[in-house]
Amino acid sequence: MKQKIRIAAGQGFWGDLPEAPVRQVEGGPIDYLMLDYLAEVTMSIMQKQKARDPSAGYAKDFVPLMRRILPTCIERNIRVTANAGGVNVLGCADAVREIAQELGFAGKVRIGIVTGDDIMSRLDEFLAREIELRNMDTGEPVSTVRDRIQSANAYLGAWPMVEALNRGAQIVITGRATDTGLTLAPMIHEFGWAVDDWHRLSAGTIAGHIIECGAQASGGNCQYEWSSVPNLADVGFPIVEASPDGTFVITKHERTGGWVIIPSIKEQLVYEMGDPREYITPDCVADFTTVHLEYEGRDRVRVYGIQGRPSTNFLKVSISYSAGFKAVGTLVYAWPDAYEKAKAADRILRMRLDRLGLRFDQVLTEFVGVNATHGPLAGEPRSDLPEVQLRVGVRGENRTAVERFTKEIAPLILTGPPAVTGFAGGRPKVEEIVAYWPALIPKEEITPVVEVLEA
Amino acid sequence: MKIQLTKIAHARSGDKGDTANVGLIALHEEFYPLLVREVTAECVKQHFKGICKGEVERFELPNLGALNFLLHESLGGGGTLSLMTDAQGKTFSTALLRMEIEIPDNEAREFNLS
Repeated sequence: MKQKIRIAAGQGFWGDLPEAPVRQVEGGPIDYLMLDYLAEVTMSIMQKQKARDPSAGYAKDFVPLMRRILPTCIERNIRVTANAGGVNVLGCADAVREIAQELGFAGKVRIGIVTGDDIMSRLDEFLAREIELRNMDTGEPVSTVRDRIQSANAYLGAWPMVEALNRGAQIVITGRATDTGLTLAPMIHEFGWAVDDWHRLSAGTIAGHIIECGAQASGGNCQYEWSSVPNLADVGFPIVEASPDGTFVITKHERTGGWVIIPSIKEQLVYEMGDPREYITPDCVADFTTVHLEYEGRDRVRVYGIQGRPSTNFLKVSISYSAGFKAVGTLVYAWPDAYEKAKAADRILRMRLDRLGLRFDQVLTEFVGVNATHGPLAGEPRSDLPEVQLRVGVRGENRTAVERFTKEIAPLILTGPPAVTGFAGGRPKVEEIVAYWPALIPKEEITPVVEVLEA
Repeated sequence: MKIQLTKIAHARSGDKGDTANVGLIALHEEFYPLLVREVTAECVKQHFKGICKGEVERFELPNLGALNFLLHESLGGGGTLSLMTDAQGKTFSTALLRMEIEIPDNEAREFNLS
Protein backbone atom coordinates (compact mmCIF):
# COMPACT_ATOMS: atom_id res chain seq x y z
CA MET A 1 0.00 0.00 0.00
CA LYS A 2 1.16 3.51 -0.77
CA GLN A 3 1.89 5.51 2.37
CA LYS A 4 0.91 8.80 0.81
CA ILE A 5 -1.21 9.93 -2.13
CA ARG A 6 -1.55 13.43 -3.50
CA ILE A 7 -5.00 14.50 -4.69
CA ALA A 8 -5.14 17.85 -6.47
CA ALA A 9 -8.18 20.08 -6.96
CA GLY A 10 -8.49 21.39 -10.51
CA GLN A 11 -11.84 23.22 -10.61
CA GLY A 12 -13.92 24.73 -7.83
CA PHE A 13 -16.97 25.10 -10.06
CA TRP A 14 -17.95 24.88 -13.75
CA GLY A 15 -16.26 27.97 -15.12
CA ASP A 16 -13.26 28.13 -12.77
CA LEU A 17 -9.77 29.08 -14.05
CA PRO A 18 -9.23 27.01 -17.20
CA GLU A 19 -5.46 26.74 -16.64
CA ALA A 20 -5.76 25.46 -13.07
CA PRO A 21 -6.06 21.72 -13.81
CA VAL A 22 -3.24 21.93 -16.35
CA ARG A 23 -0.99 23.55 -13.77
CA GLN A 24 -1.94 20.95 -11.19
CA VAL A 25 -0.91 18.15 -13.54
CA GLU A 26 2.28 19.78 -14.81
CA GLY A 27 3.41 21.82 -11.79
CA GLY A 28 4.62 19.01 -9.52
CA PRO A 29 3.92 15.47 -8.37
CA ILE A 30 0.28 14.41 -7.96
CA ASP A 31 -1.49 11.05 -8.09
CA TYR A 32 -5.09 12.18 -8.62
CA LEU A 33 -6.82 15.17 -10.12
CA MET A 34 -10.35 15.88 -8.90
CA LEU A 35 -12.64 18.13 -10.90
CA ASP A 36 -15.92 19.41 -9.50
CA TYR A 37 -18.24 20.78 -12.17
CA LEU A 38 -21.70 20.57 -10.72
CA ALA A 39 -23.34 23.37 -8.77
CA GLU A 40 -26.88 22.93 -7.54
CA VAL A 41 -28.66 24.11 -10.68
CA THR A 42 -26.06 22.98 -13.23
CA MET A 43 -27.99 19.78 -13.92
CA SER A 44 -31.02 21.68 -15.18
CA ILE A 45 -28.90 23.74 -17.59
CA MET A 46 -27.43 20.49 -18.90
CA GLN A 47 -30.89 18.92 -19.14
CA LYS A 48 -31.98 21.81 -21.40
CA GLN A 49 -28.87 21.43 -23.55
CA LYS A 50 -29.57 17.72 -23.93
CA ALA A 51 -33.19 18.38 -24.94
CA ARG A 52 -31.89 20.49 -27.83
CA ASP A 53 -29.01 18.18 -28.72
CA PRO A 54 -29.05 14.54 -27.49
CA SER A 55 -25.23 14.41 -27.61
CA ALA A 56 -24.94 17.36 -25.19
CA GLY A 57 -25.77 17.61 -21.47
CA TYR A 58 -22.36 17.37 -19.81
CA ALA A 59 -19.51 19.75 -18.91
CA LYS A 60 -18.17 20.41 -22.40
CA ASP A 61 -14.97 22.03 -21.08
CA PHE A 62 -13.89 18.68 -19.69
CA VAL A 63 -13.26 17.21 -23.15
CA PRO A 64 -10.71 19.76 -24.48
CA LEU A 65 -9.13 19.74 -21.03
CA MET A 66 -8.60 15.98 -21.29
CA ARG A 67 -7.09 16.49 -24.74
CA ARG A 68 -4.50 18.77 -23.14
CA ILE A 69 -3.68 16.75 -20.05
CA LEU A 70 -4.29 13.11 -20.96
CA PRO A 71 -0.77 12.46 -22.33
CA THR A 72 0.80 13.77 -19.11
CA CYS A 73 -1.74 11.92 -16.97
CA ILE A 74 -0.86 8.65 -18.71
CA GLU A 75 2.89 9.28 -18.60
CA ARG A 76 2.80 10.04 -14.85
CA ASN A 77 -0.08 7.70 -14.01
CA ILE A 78 -2.32 10.48 -12.74
CA ARG A 79 -5.92 9.38 -12.37
CA VAL A 80 -8.87 11.72 -12.74
CA THR A 81 -12.17 11.85 -10.85
CA ALA A 82 -14.74 14.25 -12.30
CA ASN A 83 -18.48 14.80 -12.01
CA ALA A 84 -18.35 16.19 -15.54
CA GLY A 85 -20.95 13.77 -16.89
CA GLY A 86 -23.94 15.86 -15.89
CA VAL A 87 -27.10 14.36 -17.39
CA ASN A 88 -25.23 12.58 -20.18
CA VAL A 89 -22.42 10.60 -18.60
CA LEU A 90 -22.18 8.17 -21.52
CA GLY A 91 -21.96 11.02 -24.03
CA CYS A 92 -19.17 12.59 -22.01
CA ALA A 93 -17.33 9.26 -21.75
CA ASP A 94 -17.67 8.70 -25.51
CA ALA A 95 -16.20 12.11 -26.24
CA VAL A 96 -13.25 11.41 -23.94
CA ARG A 97 -12.79 7.99 -25.49
CA GLU A 98 -12.60 9.53 -28.94
CA ILE A 99 -9.93 11.92 -27.73
CA ALA A 100 -7.94 9.07 -26.20
CA GLN A 101 -8.08 7.20 -29.51
CA GLU A 102 -7.08 10.29 -31.48
CA LEU A 103 -4.10 10.74 -29.20
CA GLY A 104 -3.05 7.14 -29.84
CA PHE A 105 -4.02 5.71 -26.48
CA ALA A 106 -6.48 3.12 -27.80
CA GLY A 107 -6.34 0.12 -25.49
CA LYS A 108 -4.23 2.03 -22.98
CA VAL A 109 -6.86 3.97 -21.04
CA ARG A 110 -9.82 2.74 -19.07
CA ILE A 111 -12.71 5.08 -18.48
CA GLY A 112 -14.98 4.46 -15.51
CA ILE A 113 -18.57 5.57 -15.77
CA VAL A 114 -20.89 6.02 -12.82
CA THR A 115 -24.62 6.38 -13.50
CA GLY A 116 -27.84 5.60 -11.69
CA ASP A 117 -28.18 9.07 -10.18
CA ASP A 118 -30.77 10.25 -12.73
CA ILE A 119 -34.26 9.60 -11.32
CA MET A 120 -36.19 11.88 -13.68
CA SER A 121 -37.94 8.93 -15.35
CA ARG A 122 -38.87 7.37 -12.01
CA LEU A 123 -40.56 10.35 -10.36
CA ASP A 124 -44.12 9.18 -10.97
CA GLU A 125 -43.27 5.72 -9.72
CA PHE A 126 -41.93 7.27 -6.50
CA LEU A 127 -44.98 9.51 -6.09
CA ALA A 128 -47.30 6.54 -6.66
CA ARG A 129 -45.51 4.74 -3.82
CA GLU A 130 -45.84 7.77 -1.56
CA ILE A 131 -42.20 8.71 -1.67
CA GLU A 132 -43.08 12.38 -1.55
CA LEU A 133 -39.66 14.00 -1.99
CA ARG A 134 -40.62 16.82 0.35
CA ASN A 135 -38.60 20.02 0.06
CA MET A 136 -36.01 19.94 2.85
CA ASP A 137 -36.42 23.67 3.44
CA THR A 138 -40.17 24.16 3.15
CA GLY A 139 -41.59 20.68 3.82
CA GLU A 140 -43.79 20.81 0.71
CA PRO A 141 -44.24 17.59 -1.31
CA VAL A 142 -42.75 17.61 -4.80
CA SER A 143 -46.18 16.93 -6.32
CA THR A 144 -46.83 20.70 -6.01
CA VAL A 145 -44.27 21.36 -8.76
CA ARG A 146 -44.44 18.00 -10.57
CA ASP A 147 -45.37 19.41 -13.99
CA ARG A 148 -42.55 21.96 -13.86
CA ILE A 149 -39.67 19.62 -13.00
CA GLN A 150 -36.71 19.75 -15.37
CA SER A 151 -34.23 17.39 -13.75
CA ALA A 152 -34.01 15.09 -10.74
CA ASN A 153 -30.84 13.42 -9.53
CA ALA A 154 -29.72 11.63 -6.40
CA TYR A 155 -26.31 12.52 -5.03
CA LEU A 156 -24.10 9.45 -5.23
CA GLY A 157 -21.15 9.14 -2.87
CA ALA A 158 -17.62 7.80 -3.14
CA TRP A 159 -18.26 4.05 -3.34
CA PRO A 160 -19.29 3.70 -7.00
CA MET A 161 -16.19 5.70 -7.94
CA VAL A 162 -14.09 3.38 -5.76
CA GLU A 163 -15.41 0.43 -7.72
CA ALA A 164 -14.44 2.10 -10.99
CA LEU A 165 -10.94 2.80 -9.66
CA ASN A 166 -10.63 -0.77 -8.37
CA ARG A 167 -11.45 -1.99 -11.88
CA GLY A 168 -8.58 0.03 -13.29
CA ALA A 169 -10.24 3.22 -14.47
CA GLN A 170 -7.76 5.98 -15.20
CA ILE A 171 -10.56 8.48 -15.61
CA VAL A 172 -13.77 8.26 -13.60
CA ILE A 173 -16.72 10.24 -14.93
CA THR A 174 -19.88 10.61 -12.89
CA GLY A 175 -23.16 12.45 -13.09
CA ARG A 176 -24.55 13.88 -9.86
CA ALA A 177 -21.93 12.77 -7.34
CA THR A 178 -20.91 14.61 -4.19
CA ASP A 179 -17.97 16.98 -4.45
CA THR A 180 -16.42 15.34 -1.42
CA GLY A 181 -16.72 11.85 -2.92
CA LEU A 182 -14.37 12.86 -5.75
CA THR A 183 -11.59 13.27 -3.17
CA LEU A 184 -12.60 10.49 -0.79
CA ALA A 185 -12.84 7.77 -3.47
CA PRO A 186 -9.08 7.74 -4.28
CA MET A 187 -8.26 7.39 -0.57
CA ILE A 188 -10.63 4.44 -0.10
CA HIS A 189 -9.25 2.82 -3.25
CA GLU A 190 -5.60 3.25 -2.28
CA PHE A 191 -5.83 2.59 1.45
CA GLY A 192 -8.55 -0.05 1.47
CA TRP A 193 -10.70 1.73 4.07
CA ALA A 194 -13.77 -0.22 5.17
CA VAL A 195 -17.34 0.87 4.51
CA ASP A 196 -17.85 1.37 8.26
CA ASP A 197 -14.50 3.03 9.02
CA TRP A 198 -16.44 6.17 9.90
CA HIS A 199 -13.55 8.23 11.26
CA ARG A 200 -11.36 7.80 8.20
CA LEU A 201 -14.25 8.18 5.78
CA SER A 202 -15.08 11.43 7.58
CA ALA A 203 -11.45 12.53 7.35
CA GLY A 204 -11.46 11.96 3.59
CA THR A 205 -14.79 13.76 3.32
CA ILE A 206 -13.47 16.80 5.17
CA ALA A 207 -10.35 16.76 2.99
CA GLY A 208 -12.74 16.89 0.04
CA HIS A 209 -14.67 19.78 1.58
CA ILE A 210 -11.43 21.74 2.02
CA ILE A 211 -10.32 21.42 -1.61
CA GLU A 212 -13.66 21.28 -3.44
CA CYS A 213 -13.83 25.06 -3.89
CA GLY A 214 -10.38 25.17 -5.43
CA ALA A 215 -8.26 28.18 -4.52
CA GLN A 216 -10.73 29.29 -1.88
CA ALA A 217 -8.57 27.14 0.46
CA SER A 218 -5.24 28.51 -0.76
CA GLY A 219 -5.56 32.29 -0.66
CA GLY A 220 -8.50 33.09 -2.93
CA ASN A 221 -11.37 34.98 -1.29
CA CYS A 222 -9.26 35.01 1.87
CA GLN A 223 -10.59 37.58 4.30
CA TYR A 224 -7.68 37.07 6.71
CA GLU A 225 -5.03 39.68 5.81
CA TRP A 226 -6.26 39.62 2.24
CA SER A 227 -3.86 42.30 1.01
CA SER A 228 -0.85 40.22 2.08
CA VAL A 229 -1.76 37.08 0.10
CA PRO A 230 1.22 36.59 -2.24
CA ASN A 231 0.87 36.55 -6.02
CA LEU A 232 -2.79 35.67 -6.50
CA ALA A 233 -2.28 36.04 -10.26
CA ASP A 234 -0.48 32.68 -10.16
CA VAL A 235 -2.53 31.19 -7.35
CA GLY A 236 -1.79 27.53 -6.67
CA PHE A 237 -4.84 25.31 -6.23
CA PRO A 238 -4.89 23.10 -3.13
CA ILE A 239 -3.55 19.57 -2.91
CA VAL A 240 -4.35 16.94 -0.25
CA GLU A 241 -1.50 14.67 0.80
CA ALA A 242 -3.43 11.82 2.36
CA SER A 243 -2.11 9.06 4.63
CA PRO A 244 -3.65 5.64 5.34
CA ASP A 245 -4.42 6.60 8.97
CA GLY A 246 -6.83 9.34 7.85
CA THR A 247 -4.57 12.30 8.59
CA PHE A 248 -3.67 14.58 5.73
CA VAL A 249 -1.75 17.70 4.80
CA ILE A 250 -3.17 20.54 2.69
CA THR A 251 -0.54 22.09 0.46
CA LYS A 252 0.00 23.42 -3.07
CA HIS A 253 2.67 23.18 -5.72
CA GLU A 254 5.94 25.01 -5.16
CA ARG A 255 6.50 28.25 -7.07
CA THR A 256 2.79 29.08 -7.17
CA GLY A 257 1.00 32.05 -5.63
CA GLY A 258 -1.53 32.20 -2.83
CA TRP A 259 -0.95 30.65 0.56
CA VAL A 260 -1.96 27.61 2.57
CA ILE A 261 -2.19 28.84 6.15
CA ILE A 262 -4.35 27.86 9.10
CA PRO A 263 -6.67 30.89 8.70
CA SER A 264 -7.27 30.11 5.00
CA ILE A 265 -8.12 26.50 5.89
CA LYS A 266 -10.39 27.59 8.73
CA GLU A 267 -12.28 29.94 6.40
CA GLN A 268 -12.87 27.13 3.94
CA LEU A 269 -13.88 24.69 6.70
CA VAL A 270 -16.75 26.95 7.79
CA TYR A 271 -17.84 27.73 4.22
CA GLU A 272 -21.43 26.63 3.50
CA MET A 273 -21.47 24.93 6.88
CA GLY A 274 -24.69 23.91 8.60
CA ASP A 275 -24.54 22.05 11.91
CA PRO A 276 -20.79 21.33 12.17
CA ARG A 277 -21.39 18.02 14.00
CA GLU A 278 -23.66 16.77 11.25
CA TYR A 279 -21.99 17.12 7.86
CA ILE A 280 -24.05 14.49 6.08
CA THR A 281 -22.85 12.77 2.91
CA PRO A 282 -23.85 9.42 1.37
CA ASP A 283 -20.64 7.96 2.87
CA CYS A 284 -20.66 9.13 6.51
CA VAL A 285 -21.62 11.90 8.91
CA ALA A 286 -18.49 13.97 9.48
CA ASP A 287 -17.96 15.98 12.66
CA PHE A 288 -16.21 19.30 11.99
CA THR A 289 -15.80 19.94 15.72
CA THR A 290 -13.10 17.26 15.77
CA VAL A 291 -10.87 18.83 13.12
CA HIS A 292 -7.41 19.86 14.34
CA LEU A 293 -4.92 21.92 12.39
CA GLU A 294 -1.18 22.49 12.77
CA TYR A 295 1.63 23.84 10.63
CA GLU A 296 4.02 21.36 9.07
CA GLY A 297 6.11 23.83 7.12
CA ARG A 298 5.58 26.64 4.69
CA ASP A 299 2.26 26.28 2.81
CA ARG A 300 1.65 23.01 4.61
CA VAL A 301 -1.17 22.54 7.13
CA ARG A 302 -1.61 19.15 8.77
CA VAL A 303 -5.18 18.07 9.56
CA TYR A 304 -5.79 15.35 12.16
CA GLY A 305 -8.13 14.05 14.86
CA ILE A 306 -11.20 13.84 12.65
CA GLN A 307 -14.09 11.71 13.84
CA GLY A 308 -17.36 10.75 12.24
CA ARG A 309 -20.44 8.61 12.55
CA PRO A 310 -22.39 6.12 10.41
CA SER A 311 -24.04 7.41 7.26
CA THR A 312 -27.79 7.90 7.23
CA ASN A 313 -30.30 5.73 5.35
CA PHE A 314 -31.08 8.50 2.89
CA LEU A 315 -29.55 10.11 -0.14
CA LYS A 316 -30.04 13.74 -0.97
CA VAL A 317 -31.89 14.44 -4.20
CA SER A 318 -31.54 17.62 -6.22
CA ILE A 319 -34.58 18.49 -8.29
CA SER A 320 -34.78 21.52 -10.54
CA TYR A 321 -38.05 23.08 -11.66
CA SER A 322 -39.08 26.17 -13.60
CA ALA A 323 -40.22 28.92 -11.31
CA GLY A 324 -41.14 31.87 -13.49
CA PHE A 325 -39.05 34.67 -14.94
CA LYS A 326 -36.83 37.49 -13.81
CA ALA A 327 -34.92 40.46 -15.16
CA VAL A 328 -32.54 42.96 -13.64
CA GLY A 329 -31.87 46.44 -15.03
CA THR A 330 -29.19 48.95 -14.02
CA LEU A 331 -28.37 52.62 -14.59
CA VAL A 332 -25.52 54.73 -13.19
CA TYR A 333 -26.08 58.22 -11.72
CA ALA A 334 -23.16 60.65 -11.29
CA TRP A 335 -22.32 63.42 -8.80
CA PRO A 336 -23.87 65.67 -7.62
CA ASP A 337 -26.73 64.11 -5.63
CA ALA A 338 -26.05 60.72 -7.22
CA TYR A 339 -27.96 58.78 -4.56
CA GLU A 340 -30.89 61.21 -4.57
CA LYS A 341 -31.18 60.95 -8.34
CA ALA A 342 -31.06 57.16 -8.26
CA LYS A 343 -33.79 57.10 -5.63
CA ALA A 344 -35.91 59.52 -7.67
CA ALA A 345 -35.46 57.35 -10.78
CA ASP A 346 -36.59 54.30 -8.81
CA ARG A 347 -39.75 56.11 -7.67
CA ILE A 348 -40.53 57.17 -11.24
CA LEU A 349 -39.94 53.66 -12.56
CA ARG A 350 -42.21 52.11 -9.95
CA MET A 351 -45.00 54.59 -10.70
CA ARG A 352 -44.78 53.73 -14.39
CA LEU A 353 -44.84 49.98 -13.69
CA ASP A 354 -47.83 50.56 -11.46
CA ARG A 355 -49.72 52.57 -14.07
CA LEU A 356 -49.06 49.87 -16.64
CA GLY A 357 -50.81 47.51 -14.27
CA LEU A 358 -47.84 45.17 -14.14
CA ARG A 359 -47.81 42.77 -11.20
CA PHE A 360 -44.76 40.91 -9.97
CA ASP A 361 -44.08 38.48 -7.15
CA GLN A 362 -41.14 40.64 -6.17
CA VAL A 363 -39.60 43.99 -7.12
CA LEU A 364 -36.22 44.68 -5.53
CA THR A 365 -34.32 47.95 -5.71
CA GLU A 366 -30.68 48.16 -4.66
CA PHE A 367 -28.30 51.12 -4.81
CA VAL A 368 -24.86 49.79 -5.68
CA GLY A 369 -22.31 51.95 -3.91
CA VAL A 370 -24.72 52.52 -1.03
CA ASN A 371 -26.44 49.39 0.23
CA ALA A 372 -26.40 46.50 -2.25
CA THR A 373 -24.25 44.21 -0.11
CA HIS A 374 -24.72 45.26 3.51
CA GLY A 375 -28.18 46.81 3.34
CA PRO A 376 -29.07 48.99 6.32
CA LEU A 377 -25.85 47.90 8.08
CA ALA A 378 -23.92 50.17 5.73
CA GLY A 379 -25.49 53.23 7.36
CA GLU A 380 -26.29 56.54 5.64
CA PRO A 381 -23.88 57.29 2.78
CA ARG A 382 -21.88 60.51 2.67
CA SER A 383 -23.61 63.28 0.76
CA ASP A 384 -21.06 63.68 -2.07
CA LEU A 385 -20.88 60.14 -3.46
CA PRO A 386 -19.17 60.24 -6.88
CA GLU A 387 -21.69 57.80 -8.38
CA VAL A 388 -24.43 55.32 -7.54
CA GLN A 389 -25.75 52.44 -9.60
CA LEU A 390 -29.50 51.92 -9.52
CA ARG A 391 -30.25 48.22 -9.79
CA VAL A 392 -33.88 47.08 -10.07
CA GLY A 393 -34.95 43.46 -10.38
CA VAL A 394 -38.39 41.92 -10.90
CA ARG A 395 -39.59 38.35 -10.67
CA GLY A 396 -42.93 36.79 -11.61
CA GLU A 397 -44.79 33.97 -13.32
CA ASN A 398 -45.86 36.14 -16.25
CA ARG A 399 -43.17 36.39 -18.91
CA THR A 400 -44.93 39.23 -20.73
CA ALA A 401 -44.93 41.41 -17.61
CA VAL A 402 -41.22 40.80 -17.06
CA GLU A 403 -40.57 41.61 -20.76
CA ARG A 404 -42.50 44.86 -20.40
CA PHE A 405 -40.40 45.82 -17.38
CA THR A 406 -37.20 45.51 -19.45
CA LYS A 407 -38.53 48.23 -21.80
CA GLU A 408 -38.94 50.74 -18.98
CA ILE A 409 -35.26 51.05 -17.98
CA ALA A 410 -33.61 52.81 -20.93
CA PRO A 411 -36.32 55.48 -21.26
CA LEU A 412 -35.30 56.75 -17.82
CA ILE A 413 -32.19 58.18 -19.45
CA LEU A 414 -34.19 60.79 -21.38
CA THR A 415 -37.24 60.98 -19.13
CA GLY A 416 -35.78 60.92 -15.62
CA PRO A 417 -33.15 62.61 -13.43
CA PRO A 418 -29.93 63.91 -15.12
CA ALA A 419 -26.28 62.80 -15.25
CA VAL A 420 -27.20 59.21 -15.96
CA THR A 421 -25.34 56.65 -18.04
CA GLY A 422 -24.33 53.00 -18.13
CA PHE A 423 -26.76 51.50 -20.56
CA ALA A 424 -24.47 50.25 -23.30
CA GLY A 425 -25.65 46.65 -22.96
CA GLY A 426 -29.17 47.22 -24.31
CA ARG A 427 -32.36 46.02 -22.65
CA PRO A 428 -32.02 43.67 -19.70
CA LYS A 429 -32.47 40.01 -20.62
CA VAL A 430 -35.46 38.06 -19.41
CA GLU A 431 -34.22 34.96 -17.66
CA GLU A 432 -36.21 31.80 -17.03
CA ILE A 433 -35.79 30.86 -13.39
CA VAL A 434 -34.84 27.28 -12.72
CA ALA A 435 -35.13 26.77 -8.99
CA TYR A 436 -33.63 24.13 -6.76
CA TRP A 437 -35.65 21.64 -4.75
CA PRO A 438 -33.62 19.62 -2.24
CA ALA A 439 -35.18 16.40 -0.94
CA LEU A 440 -34.28 13.04 0.58
CA ILE A 441 -34.85 9.54 -0.74
CA PRO A 442 -34.31 6.17 0.97
CA LYS A 443 -30.92 4.78 -0.07
CA GLU A 444 -32.33 1.44 -1.20
CA GLU A 445 -34.30 3.17 -3.98
CA ILE A 446 -31.11 4.13 -5.80
CA THR A 447 -28.81 1.65 -7.51
CA PRO A 448 -25.56 3.12 -8.78
CA VAL A 449 -24.28 1.57 -11.99
CA VAL A 450 -20.55 1.29 -12.68
CA GLU A 451 -19.10 0.50 -16.10
CA VAL A 452 -15.49 0.51 -17.20
CA LEU A 453 -14.77 1.06 -20.89
CA GLU A 454 -11.56 0.46 -22.77
CA ALA A 455 -10.60 3.45 -24.89
CA MET B 1 -15.43 49.79 25.70
CA LYS B 2 -16.82 48.98 22.26
CA ILE B 3 -14.81 46.67 20.03
CA GLN B 4 -15.70 46.03 16.41
CA LEU B 5 -15.55 42.33 15.52
CA THR B 6 -13.17 43.02 12.65
CA LYS B 7 -10.48 43.65 15.32
CA ILE B 8 -10.79 40.19 16.82
CA ALA B 9 -12.20 37.91 14.11
CA HIS B 10 -12.24 37.02 10.44
CA ALA B 11 -15.10 35.36 8.61
CA ARG B 12 -16.39 33.58 5.51
CA SER B 13 -20.00 33.26 4.45
CA GLY B 14 -22.03 31.27 1.94
CA ASP B 15 -25.52 30.02 1.23
CA LYS B 16 -27.79 27.04 1.42
CA GLY B 17 -31.08 27.92 -0.25
CA ASP B 18 -32.55 30.98 1.45
CA THR B 19 -30.22 30.57 4.44
CA ALA B 20 -26.92 32.41 4.73
CA ASN B 21 -24.16 30.87 6.82
CA VAL B 22 -21.47 32.98 8.43
CA GLY B 23 -18.42 31.34 9.99
CA LEU B 24 -16.84 33.74 12.47
CA ILE B 25 -13.26 32.85 13.38
CA ALA B 26 -11.24 34.31 16.26
CA LEU B 27 -8.04 35.99 15.04
CA HIS B 28 -6.27 34.63 18.15
CA GLU B 29 -7.30 31.71 20.34
CA GLU B 30 -7.74 33.93 23.40
CA PHE B 31 -10.47 35.93 21.64
CA TYR B 32 -12.68 32.87 21.16
CA PRO B 33 -14.31 32.99 24.65
CA LEU B 34 -15.16 36.64 23.96
CA LEU B 35 -16.95 35.65 20.77
CA VAL B 36 -18.82 32.85 22.57
CA ARG B 37 -19.89 35.22 25.35
CA GLU B 38 -20.78 38.30 23.31
CA VAL B 39 -21.82 37.19 19.83
CA THR B 40 -25.00 35.34 20.68
CA ALA B 41 -27.63 34.21 18.19
CA GLU B 42 -29.92 36.95 19.57
CA CYS B 43 -27.47 39.79 18.93
CA VAL B 44 -26.69 38.50 15.46
CA LYS B 45 -30.42 38.45 14.73
CA GLN B 46 -30.65 42.03 16.03
CA HIS B 47 -27.58 43.09 14.01
CA PHE B 48 -29.10 41.76 10.78
CA LYS B 49 -32.48 43.40 11.46
CA GLY B 50 -34.26 44.06 8.17
CA ILE B 51 -32.01 41.54 6.38
CA CYS B 52 -32.56 38.27 8.22
CA LYS B 53 -36.28 37.57 8.35
CA GLY B 54 -36.08 34.14 10.00
CA GLU B 55 -34.32 32.59 12.97
CA VAL B 56 -30.60 32.72 13.70
CA GLU B 57 -28.93 29.51 14.86
CA ARG B 58 -25.45 29.38 16.38
CA PHE B 59 -23.03 26.45 16.53
CA GLU B 60 -19.69 26.34 18.37
CA LEU B 61 -16.43 24.99 16.98
CA PRO B 62 -13.99 25.42 19.89
CA ASN B 63 -11.41 23.33 17.99
CA LEU B 64 -11.19 26.07 15.35
CA GLY B 65 -11.95 29.00 17.63
CA ALA B 66 -14.97 29.59 15.45
CA LEU B 67 -18.72 30.08 15.61
CA ASN B 68 -21.06 29.19 12.78
CA PHE B 69 -24.28 31.15 12.31
CA LEU B 70 -27.22 30.18 10.15
CA LEU B 71 -29.34 33.18 9.15
CA HIS B 72 -32.60 31.79 7.83
CA GLU B 73 -34.77 33.65 5.28
CA SER B 74 -32.04 36.13 4.42
CA LEU B 75 -31.38 35.77 0.69
CA GLY B 76 -34.58 36.89 -1.01
CA GLY B 77 -35.66 33.31 -1.72
CA GLY B 78 -32.13 32.07 -2.34
CA GLY B 79 -30.37 30.57 -5.33
CA THR B 80 -31.79 31.49 -8.72
CA LEU B 81 -35.04 32.87 -7.23
CA SER B 82 -33.25 35.74 -5.52
CA LEU B 83 -33.01 39.16 -7.16
CA MET B 84 -30.28 40.30 -4.78
CA THR B 85 -26.78 41.29 -5.91
CA ASP B 86 -25.52 39.00 -3.18
CA ALA B 87 -27.91 36.10 -3.70
CA GLN B 88 -25.24 33.71 -2.38
CA GLY B 89 -24.63 35.59 0.86
CA LYS B 90 -20.94 35.98 0.09
CA THR B 91 -20.68 39.38 1.79
CA PHE B 92 -22.56 38.49 4.96
CA SER B 93 -19.11 37.71 6.38
CA THR B 94 -17.96 41.30 6.53
CA ALA B 95 -21.49 42.49 7.34
CA LEU B 96 -21.16 40.52 10.59
CA LEU B 97 -17.67 41.92 11.18
CA ARG B 98 -19.25 45.39 11.37
CA MET B 99 -20.84 44.39 14.67
CA GLU B 100 -19.59 46.03 17.84
CA ILE B 101 -19.44 44.26 21.17
CA GLU B 102 -19.13 45.89 24.57
CA ILE B 103 -16.36 44.57 26.80
CA PRO B 104 -15.03 45.84 30.15
CA ASP B 105 -12.05 48.22 29.84
CA ASN B 106 -9.76 46.02 31.94
CA GLU B 107 -10.49 43.02 29.71
CA ALA B 108 -9.77 45.12 26.62
CA ARG B 109 -6.42 46.14 28.15
CA GLU B 110 -5.62 42.53 29.00
CA PHE B 111 -6.15 41.59 25.34
CA ASN B 112 -4.28 44.71 24.12
CA LEU B 113 -7.44 45.91 22.38
CA SER B 114 -7.63 49.37 23.91
